[in-house]
This record gives sequence, structure tokens and C-alpha cells, in this order.
Amino acid sequence: MNEASTPAVANRPSSLAAANGPATIALDLQLRRSGSFSLDASLRLPGSGISVLFGHSGSGKTTLLRVLAGLERVPGARVSLGDQTWQDDARGLFVPPERRRIGMVFQDARLFPHLTVLENLHYGLDRLKPALPARSFDDTVALLNLGALLQRGVAHLSGGERQRVAIARALLSKPCLLLLDEPLASLDQALKSEVLPYLERLHEELRIPVVYVTHSPAETLRLADHLVLLSEGRVLRSAPLAEALSGMDLPEALREEFGNVMEGSVVSHDSQYGLLTLAFGGGLLRLPHRALPQGTRLRVRIRASDITVAVEQTRGTSMLNAFTGIIDGEFTPDGAAHMLVRIRVGTTPLVARLTRLSHDQLGLHKGRTVWAMVKSVAVDS
Amino acid sequence: MPELLEVTLFTIGIAALATLLIMPPGVWLGWLLARREWPGKALVETLVSLPLVIPPVATGLLLLKLLGRNGPLGDFLASWNIEIVFTWKGVLVATMVMSFPLMVRSARVAIEEVDRGLEEAAAMLGAGPLDRFWSITLPLARRGLLAGCVLSFARALGEFGATVVLAGMIPGRTITLALGIYQQIQLGDDHAALGLLCVSLALAFGSVWLGNRLSSKKARA
Repeated sequence: MNEASTPAVANRPSSLAAANGPATIALDLQLRRSGSFSLDASLRLPGSGISVLFGHSGSGKTTLLRVLAGLERVPGARVSLGDQTWQDDARGLFVPPERRRIGMVFQDARLFPHLTVLENLHYGLDRLKPALPARSFDDTVALLNLGALLQRGVAHLSGGERQRVAIARALLSKPCLLLLDEPLASLDQALKSEVLPYLERLHEELRIPVVYVTHSPAETLRLADHLVLLSEGRVLRSAPLAEALSGMDLPEALREEFGNVMEGSVVSHDSQYGLLTLAFGGGLLRLPHRALPQGTRLRVRIRASDITVAVEQTRGTSMLNAFTGIIDGEFTPDGAAHMLVRIRVGTTPLVARLTRLSHDQLGLHKGRTVWAMVKSVAVDS
Repeated sequence: MPELLEVTLFTIGIAALATLLIMPPGVWLGWLLARREWPGKALVETLVSLPLVIPPVATGLLLLKLLGRNGPLGDFLASWNIEIVFTWKGVLVATMVMSFPLMVRSARVAIEEVDRGLEEAAAMLGAGPLDRFWSITLPLARRGLLAGCVLSFARALGEFGATVVLAGMIPGRTITLALGIYQQIQLGDDHAALGLLCVSLALAFGSVWLGNRLSSKKARA
């Protein structure tokens, strides 16, 4: 598999394929803390691409990350990356964080205030055996555009610059796994959009797995290959992004926040109407968007209530996008007037919301071929 | 006044040596108190602070019983031909014991003020515990540690009660500025006492001023 260079979530056949990658991250732990907080997780994350741990505060996502890093030792936990075991209390094994070769970026950057930017970058680098070739240093500095900052003291950096330095510092320690703990959470919107493109570049250039913790649906939709949804210390779902979001039993609040994800590459742009055509795993999608170079990967989100279901191809509507697919899942929340159906369009699952009445009048059922018509498309970029 | 100079140098020398000797264990204990949880921590914390609150003369007596002839440690030291009581080594030991609490407390506060998150970040970059202490904790705590040293030094300069019990007042051997002032008053030589007093004042002023400067800079940073 080659996820690192082609972040095409829609083309992944199933969660199993992703989890059986070359170096799977495994984490099992149970934790009871004073008060009502408890954590009970058994995670398998793919050995490449970006896995996002999504959850609201108190969901346990940061604790999971700290256990993975070795900064917290939860008794009885088991942690491993591929064939390296980092913690297995049954065998009395615990590898301290400094010997795990994990790069970590914290929410508050944690640059060393008594060192310059250059010295910060060298901190991990100088402790590497064998030493990293000098070219890697220059490449990393260029990747995060730090050339002009090297001689500065860290007190004179903006929030966005601090995070870029922290990311470069982590990469230069040549980790076999990169962990990011809400790296954008303390930045304002302008600084967020300054740093996000760098994270996306990492995605394309990095060959190591990344685990990214966030409570932001927007960051998740932009970065995630694999999504782990956490709630109150439990894993609700762990699957490739589109699969995770098309689960029938996803909590309503999360479905509202995320919607469906379609990912594809740009085919063409119609400048007369301002429409972009995107090829995704199941057809062509047209959406209002500025021109982008051909081949650019783009993710769009579509709300479940923005998809209309028809049993035959209709003419004379304003819908630009109509895809044929097969219903492979249905779900009715208790006592609700509406329900959800999942339509598989090629390899892309789309969850649509409709009333139970329409469902019965149209005679919808699992296995039936229908048309999914997309009303409007929200582009997340 | 060759004697005044001699006493002054002896006092400064003892205070400096005492500070130097208690610094490594003081910083280490301060780090243990600031960063680690261990059984008996509260007990050690209390014991270390005791010299601050019990009368110095009582501390001196305790040390005398411990280190004197027939004392549990005194016997052992005597077998190595080390004589503490009524020698300059007695002055040093008394001074060290009295200054140690200040060193430990300052070190503890200075280390507690260092963001543990930075030590975690250093660990993630491959630095082991000792490496982290030298490269992160120590440099970031240095102002507080330096202020602690100055404080310990200043306390050592003025030590009287414990010293007089453990080391006695032996001219040319154990007389420090503080002991000298007391001795000259008893002898009725106010002129000599005044000279010693002036030197004491100058040294105290200098070290407290330096200590304040260091701690205020720490507050700014």
C-alpha cells in the first residue's frame, strides 16, 4: 500500500486492509480515575498515513496519545508499533519515551526558551545515532519554511511560527511515528490557515505514520486518512475516514458536524459557470469552486439532508449531480420521523436523510438500486 | 589589623566552601522533592527544614552529641583520624547544616517553576533523565538556584549558635566574624567588635543585594 503519497480514502476497500499495514500501531488500555472518568480502548491504527483521534474534551484522546508516547504509564496497558513492543506490563516491559523514537508536537509547542530556533532544531538531531545527513536538515527547514527564523530566540516567534518550529524539531529527531496533540488548537483562525498547508505537505512527503489528536471537524476532514471517534473514554469507531463517517449508528451530533466525505481529483474547470469537476470513486461531481490544477486532490463534505433519493433518473430538476448506487444500510433512530439510508456509489458511501414516509412510499430497501442526487456541496478547504 | 583580615577571610572561606559542598546534595534533594513521589518524602521534607525552626544552639548540641567523642558518628570518624569538634571542620559542619534547608527550599522552588512539559518535550527528542536535567531543568532553574546559593552563603556568614557549641571559640582556629564579635564584647573590646561588625555589615549587604537582584530577574523572565 502506498497511502503516504496518495491519500485517497475513498479507494480503500475496507478498514481491515488499512489496519493490516506494514507497521500497525496497537494500543490496549483500561483506566479508571477518580470521578467519573474512565478509558477503555483497544486501538489498531494503520502503519502509514494520518490517523485522527477525534473527540471532545474529556473523551480521553490526549491520554491515549500520552500513553502511546510513554509520557504516561497506565498499569496493564499494552502498546506496540509493528514488532516493537513499548509497553507490556504482563512481561514487565516499559520502554521510556526517549527510547521510543517518537516525534511529538504539543498544543503549546514547548520550544525550549533558553535556546534559539536553530538550537531547538538541533536538540533532537544531536542526540541521534547515527547522525542524520546534513541534507535532511536543509530539506526539513525548507519544508517548514524556517530559513529566516533560525537565529531568532523563541520568544520572538508568532504562534504559527512556534508550531512550525516544533513540527520541524520533531521531524529532525528522525522518528518512526509522529504524534500531534491538537497542534492548531491554541492558534487563531488566521494562524490555523497558515500552519494547515504545512501539515498537508507533511502528509504528502512523510513516510511514517502520524497520529493526530483534535476536536475540530474541519481539521479532521482535511487531514484524516483513518478516523477514530472517541466519546467519554470509548472508541465509537475506528475506520478509514469515509467508512467511519458513513456508519449507520453514528451519533446524530457527530453526523451533523461531519456529514459525508467525497474525495477526488480535479478533472476540469468550467470558467463560464465557475464549476469544478471532480472524479471520485463512483463518478464525476460538479461543484461551485475556483479553478484548481488538474489532478489536485480535493475533499468535499455533503450533509445527509442535502442528498435526495430517487428510484429513477429524473429530468427537469436543478440538481447537477445524480449518481446511481445500491442501498447497503438503513437506520431509523427511535421514534423519529426521518431515517438514514446509506447508498454505495462506486466505492464511496453516501448517507442520506429522508422521512420514513418517503422511504416507504418509494419502496426502498437494502440492495435496491437508486439515484442519489446531491443538492449542494460544501467544500472543505 | 592582621587578625581582622584573617577572621574575615576565614569566614568567607568557610561560607563559600559550605555553600559549594551543600549545593550538589541540596539541588538533588530539591529535585527529588519537586519532581518525584517517594515513600518518606514528607518526613525528609520536615527533617531538612528543622534547623530553620529549632534554636541554632540546640542544633549545635545535637551535632556535638552526634559527632563528639563517644557519639555514634564521632567514634567512626575518630577511627579515621578525623576530628570535627573544636576544629575548623566543626565550623564548616555547623554552617553546612544550618544553610542546607535554605539551599533545598530554593532549589525545590526553582525546579518546580520549570515547566515539566519542556522536560517531556526533551524526552520525546531522545534525552534521558540525566540529559534532561543538565540540558533543560538546570539551565532554566539557574537563576533560582543561584539565588539559593547566595542565600545559603549569606546565612553561612552569620552562623553563630550551632557553631559556638560544636566548634567553640578558639582564637586562630574557629573564630568567625560572628563568633569574634561576641568574643570581643565579652572581652570588653568595643573597638575590635565594631571593626568586625562593619565587615559583617558590608558582606551581608553585598550578598543580600546580589540575591535580590538575581531573584527579581528571575521574576521578569
